[in-house]
Amino acid sequence: MPAAGRPPIGLAGQHLHISFKKKMFDFSVVTTWLHGLLCSFLPEWAAILTESVLVALVIITLYAVFAIVLIYMERKVCAAFQCRLGPMRVGKWGLLQVFSDVFKMLTKEIISMRNTDLFLHNLAPFLVVTASMLTFACLPWNAGAQIIDFNVGVFFFLAVSSIGVVGILLAGWSSNNKYSLIGAMRSGAQIISYELSIGMAMLTMICLTGTMSFSEICQQQYDEGWNIFRGHLPALMAFVIYLVAGNAECNRGPFDLPECESELTAGYHTEYSGMHFGYYYLAEYLNLFICAGMAATIFLGGWAPLHVYGLDGLNGVMDLIPGAVWFVGKTFFIVFLLMWLRWTFPRLRIDQILSLEWKYLVPISMVTLVIMALCVSFNLTF
Amino acid sequence: MNFTLFVTALLTGIAFVAVVTVLARLISPRSYNAQKEEAYECGIPTRGRSWMQFRIGYYLFAILFLMFDVETMFLFPWAVVMRSLGPAGLLSVLFFLFILVLGLAYAWRKGALKWQ
Repeated sequence: MPAAGRPPIGLAGQHLHISFKKKMFDFSVVTTWLHGLLCSFLPEWAAILTESVLVALVIITLYAVFAIVLIYMERKVCAAFQCRLGPMRVGKWGLLQVFSDVFKMLTKEIISMRNTDLFLHNLAPFLVVTASMLTFACLPWNAGAQIIDFNVGVFFFLAVSSIGVVGILLAGWSSNNKYSLIGAMRSGAQIISYELSIGMAMLTMICLTGTMSFSEICQQQYDEGWNIFRGHLPALMAFVIYLVAGNAECNRGPFDLPECESELTAGYHTEYSGMHFGYYYLAEYLNLFICAGMAATIFLGGWAPLHVYGLDGLNGVMDLIPGAVWFVGKTFFIVFLLMWLRWTFPRLRIDQILSLEWKYLVPISMVTLVIMALCVSFNLTF
Repeated sequence: MNFTLFVTALLTGIAFVAVVTVLARLISPRSYNAQKEEAYECGIPTRGRSWMQFRIGYYLFAILFLMFDVETMFLFPWAVVMRSLGPAGLLSVLFFLFILVLGLAYAWRKGALKWQ
């Protein structure tokens, strides 16, 4: 929060205020130190290569860890909503269940069908996983702890995330299976439609922030407060639109038409077996995490702690909690909201899904954009 | 540096899938069975191929999506600089949005949004 124009509230408060300006840990200290260390005994290119390998390891580790955590959480949350216990046998409280599932998937045979288009069939998982990894790398975990940070970050995020739908369409088309084809077509129609609302909701927030770089968006929210409070009504509308559209984008919840078990066996990944199926499973859960992480970044401040204007003592305490904890906490809060939605509402029909998007969400998001533009132009935001 | 990291993440995704697939193919069992290669539809042999004509409704939505996606592409740069553009920029974008809403209204009126 800016210090100017605020009445002093005593020595202790002021002291806290001054100290907490520097309190948030900036992860770029670590990366700069590492770069310096590597450069001290390696040539430039070798240092960068080593760092790239490290970054790749970090991405894969985080990717796997969060997939496992999310799958376990989904099964437990689902069980809680249905008054069951969920996985309990493998390990204490079923903690090892997901590990055993992963191992089982790895040891299953990858079957190639007779009539599939083999090249496309094998290509599709690459597209899906790569798209979700690239978007995963965009998440700002902490100040300075962000892998891909373009100045057109939001735009890059939207562009990359839409590669995933190509993978899904290819998967359905190459399988030469009617269920897969119907699932892929539904998925394509649904994902590209809801991408509009996601884009519009993000656009609304960019009007407010005036920058597309995720790190700057987070820094701004640390300085001036979370976007959802700064943008009041239009930000709240955009948040709700984003949650609905994000849920549809992840093929989950009431929008799980592409893979509804009762109609299409498994939708677009019916013909995939073993680890090939595992990639879709992995990407689906990671997309849920990425979607929630973006909501946390753009609307709820990313790694920025909760600050209440004027309460410097509280703000100082909040700043003691590391930014990564804030980010992951907010993200899991939204993940829980999305899981709640998924296990509460019945599935919609394809015409209902498309009319919800085109007849309700698109007009509402346009209105939201106009309201936000007017608010920003007339300085009605906080 | 950013572009290096982008390439790193891209290669990570590709390498991850490639390595895990090779690993899975190495450690998984293999067996041959004529039935196993059939499409997983309903047990009896499948009739015909699935690569056939498909309902037009999906493509209509794809075309509509194209229009609106290009529109968002134009709006992003405006959103970044809208504070410095002032009222003139706001008015022109409102006019732009109005034309788009007309397009949506036209599609709606023509029944493109209806799922027959």
